[in-house]
Amino acid sequence: MEIIQEFGTIFIVIAIIFGLYMTWGIGANDVANVMGTSVGSGAITVKTAIIIAAIFEFLGAALAGGNVTKTIRKDIIDPTLIADNPEVLIFGMLAALLAAGVWLMIASTRGWPVSTTHSIVGAVVGFAIAGIGLEAVAWAKIGQIVASWVISPVLGGAVAFVLMMSIRKLILNTSNPFAMAKKWGPVYVFLVGFIISLVTMFKGLKHLNFELSVAMSFALAVAFGFLIALIGWWMIQRVQVDADADKEFHFASVEKVFVPMMIFTACAMAFAHGSNDVANGVGPLAAVYGLVKSGGELTQKSEMPIWILMIGGFGIVVGLSTYGYKVMRTIGTKITELTPTRGFCATMAAAATVVLASRTGMPVSTTHIAVGAVIGVGFARGIGALDLRVIGGIVMSWIITLPIGGVLAAIFYFMLRGIFT
Amino acid sequence: MATNTTFTNLFGRSPFKPLQEHMLVVKECAREVPKIFQALCDGDTKRVKEVQAKIFELESKADIIKNDLRAHLPKSLFMPVDRRDLLEVLNLQDSVADTAQDIAGLLVERSMEVHDSMKQPLMNMVSRCVDACVHSARIIGRLDELVETGFRGPESEAVLAMVEELNMIESDTDQMGVELSRNLFAHEDSMKPISVVLWYDLIKMIGSLADDAEKIGNRLRLLLAR
Repeated sequence: MEIIQEFGTIFIVIAIIFGLYMTWGIGANDVANVMGTSVGSGAITVKTAIIIAAIFEFLGAALAGGNVTKTIRKDIIDPTLIADNPEVLIFGMLAALLAAGVWLMIASTRGWPVSTTHSIVGAVVGFAIAGIGLEAVAWAKIGQIVASWVISPVLGGAVAFVLMMSIRKLILNTSNPFAMAKKWGPVYVFLVGFIISLVTMFKGLKHLNFELSVAMSFALAVAFGFLIALIGWWMIQRVQVDADADKEFHFASVEKVFVPMMIFTACAMAFAHGSNDVANGVGPLAAVYGLVKSGGELTQKSEMPIWILMIGGFGIVVGLSTYGYKVMRTIGTKITELTPTRGFCATMAAAATVVLASRTGMPVSTTHIAVGAVIGVGFARGIGALDLRVIGGIVMSWIITLPIGGVLAAIFYFMLRGIFT
Repeated sequence: MATNTTFTNLFGRSPFKPLQEHMLVVKECAREVPKIFQALCDGDTKRVKEVQAKIFELESKADIIKNDLRAHLPKSLFMPVDRRDLLEVLNLQDSVADTAQDIAGLLVERSMEVHDSMKQPLMNMVSRCVDACVHSARIIGRLDELVETGFRGPESEAVLAMVEELNMIESDTDQMGVELSRNLFAHEDSMKPISVVLWYDLIKMIGSLADDAEKIGNRLRLLLAR
């Protein structure tokens, strides 16, 4: 207890620094990954992508990230075992942040398919085992989380598959695809707004002292969907047929209709990413802050202050503008196969799946879900060639990231404890 | 930091662009074949050699694209079409260029006499066979649209209709081949026996340009049926 009183401010400052480091890494790599599809399709410029990311990552974390943050800071570790010395949890969370940040840095330098989420979860578990003991880990919860890592990409893939098939049925395989694209385009935009806002609002805004009945949630989501669809409709109307391009590729004009629509999925994706990856990135920071504020009281219910999320958002924007834009540009040139129609399906499916996972408190990997969604489009015979070796890489990253994140966190935990006691 | 991410690594190189590129070169190669027969009919040996050089150049250009495509087709690739079907189409395309090369090679290496009454039906048949190649190149050119529409709907029906047309062109060439052989045998006493045998082979080779072009179309029909 005395340690917390003595070094409380220092702990918070360290947590902020580590949190910034972590979110910088997320911005430099992860966000570039999720926004790359929209930049690559020509829907938005790199500059617009950074602005969209700044706004919607923050909104996602603030509005829909509460459950994921809670999972990271409370649900993985059983705190009753360390009720007498809560500083253990502070050292542990700091160690977990640093471990995840360092591992992410190493992995991204080498181009390994590592996810921020898995690093954080592995680090928290690693510290819990080393610092408290095997029994301190809520293994049932870990089981659920690991299951969600397998289920979520499959779900994303299934949704993307259905979306792709519907676009084929309603638009591409008709006698006048361009007219049908203009007709159905706003409906798809409506779906983006409706689904994301419904999942977010449905019993999900309690942490903002904003409780909505089921009917109210639906009504608001429909209203929001209509508003978005109206903007989408206005943008889609201005798309003209490009007869020259159509000679080369018959669906060139149809693809052009989907370009403005991708702006909406880009926003949805940034929102989804914020609700999950940013939320779990700042989870340990929130835990440290909560402990210091309550003077080490573990059971007290602490609110997630908005400035913590702002730090997360700030770190991401800095990461994006210092390095992420480069990644984004490269991604854009490498995924030419992801045309606006395909990109729309994959991004929308991924965004919806991530937000759904966030609502249930599951820390999932946005990148892995995006990969699953693209494979879903591929299963609809929609993409020239997908290299399925990536799946092996993802599975490997699960197997490797968890223990390495854990061991690093354990090492940093003992170092921090040594320094302060 | 590496800019290769999990996400970018997911995207393999699409085989369809190089396949179409290959077919365009093969088509150009086939288009030279009427020119070489025209030069032969005109008795212009210098021109025959020129066209032969052009055909050989195009054939090796096609080979480079073919080998490059094969090299970039690892088994881990997931594609909207079966890998074996794709390789089969590539092989068929390649054999069109090979046949053109064989014809050109023979015409240069052995001075072939052309009976006057054969000239017109010969040129007609050659040009019809090249029609078949041009037509199948047009079909291959629709592959991007087929991938976009998932090999279904009006687009796939349009391609099926093109395949039907290709089959009709090929039956034309069969008929022309029979007539040309008949013409040849009618004059066999006035020609060197070896020439007759070689002309018979040549007629078959010309016909196989259309045969392989037709097989390309039929293979695509199989892709659509799945």
